[in-house]
Amino acid sequence: MINLLLRNTARFVVLVLLQVLLLDNIQLNAYLNPFMYVLFILLLPFETPAWLLLVSAFLMGFSIDLFEHTPGMHASATVFMAFLRPLTLKIIAPREDYETSTYPRVFYYGFVWFLKYSLILVFAHHLFLFYFEVFSFSGFFHTLGKVILSTLFSSGFIVLSQFLFYRK
Amino acid sequence: MKSLIQFLLRYHFIILFILIELTSLTLAFRNNDYQKARTVNLVQNIRGVYNAKIYSLKTYIGLREINENLAAENTRLNNIIQRAYHSDDIFFYREDDPGYKQHYYMTGATIINNKTNTQHNFITLNKGAEKGIKPGMGVISNDGIVGVVFDVSKNYATVITLLNTKLIISAKIKKNNYFGSLQWDGKSPEISVLNEIPHHVEINKGDTITTSGYSSIFPEGIMIGTVNDYIVKGGNFYKIKVSLSTDFKKIRFVNVISNLKKDEQLELEKSFPYD
Repeated sequence: MINLLLRNTARFVVLVLLQVLLLDNIQLNAYLNPFMYVLFILLLPFETPAWLLLVSAFLMGFSIDLFEHTPGMHASATVFMAFLRPLTLKIIAPREDYETSTYPRVFYYGFVWFLKYSLILVFAHHLFLFYFEVFSFSGFFHTLGKVILSTLFSSGFIVLSQFLFYRK
Repeated sequence: MKSLIQFLLRYHFIILFILIELTSLTLAFRNNDYQKARTVNLVQNIRGVYNAKIYSLKTYIGLREINENLAAENTRLNNIIQRAYHSDDIFFYREDDPGYKQHYYMTGATIINNKTNTQHNFITLNKGAEKGIKPGMGVISNDGIVGVVFDVSKNYATVITLLNTKLIISAKIKKNNYFGSLQWDGKSPEISVLNEIPHHVEINKGDTITTSGYSSIFPEGIMIGTVNDYIVKGGNFYKIKVSLSTDFKKIRFVNVISNLKKDEQLELEKSFPYD
């Protein structure tokens, strides 16, 4: 239990640093804006209490906001995403349901499952974030293009990271 | 109470979500100005750089037209000044007084050919006899005196500039009104020479030299230049080097001055018995 908490805290810190130090400086063009810190929410254990899920999502988003000087923006998007997580997990649940003492990883539930999982939630997050950032529906398709491309980009990073760090 | 707690427990996920989301949104909206400013600024910056480039290109392309307009405007304003403040006469006339007659009239023109590297430099203007330009009229720029019209065709006029050793202009020291003749020595296109100022006159470097108004060509007080250096030549007279205020290498728009009372003046002076 303590171990789990430590690992998640460490992941929290690493992801925040990775986001603000490295990824925020990657802007290949106006459309690509990778946000990989949402990986933290994706990787939280299945048994995470609902309130803790929301609170940690808020903390995560707020940390990013602090560095990006966008108070509340990433926080609200991340909380929105965390809110959708239980529902998403239910929808894409494998036939045998999630087993105890497993984690939402490629290793346990396969590449396709993880890709679906991350695509849905990352898309929700980016959709909320980018439209809230623009704060208007003018240039709707421009923003949508941004959302879709960034989603693919971020999800790509996220899935890739699974193969890099969680091979086991 | 019990049912409320049950309700809260049952829907605590949604309730908590709404609470936290509202908190975040409140945060975001309270700082919305900043957010907005930030995004708007970014876009503006990118757009601004682009627009600045386009704008500078556009203004550069339009520069010629703008300059022509400004020159025309200057000419018009100069004419108004001539009309409104002309006070050489003993009596002041109202503008609409039949006794009043405008003394000088200016015509704007553009230089289409300009020589500065010979001993007898001249410029060519894009206006000629058709626009009322006649030989002997003075030519000035906004910076100061330029020269005198030498010859005209229907649409063009040649002007002997100050940078021509053959042109002699009546000039005076502005502060004490001693006058002499200005003639280029053919050396530097920035320097002309003022002669015939008696050596007892006090001169300092930087003194302003203007037209004297004693010729019928230029009005009084048009800028020629400033004293650059001076020596006493041959005992009685200064040889004053004058830094010309007009940069002959880059002038482009000039005004041609016609003295509307020139004929009258010359007529009168001709009848004076010199002998």
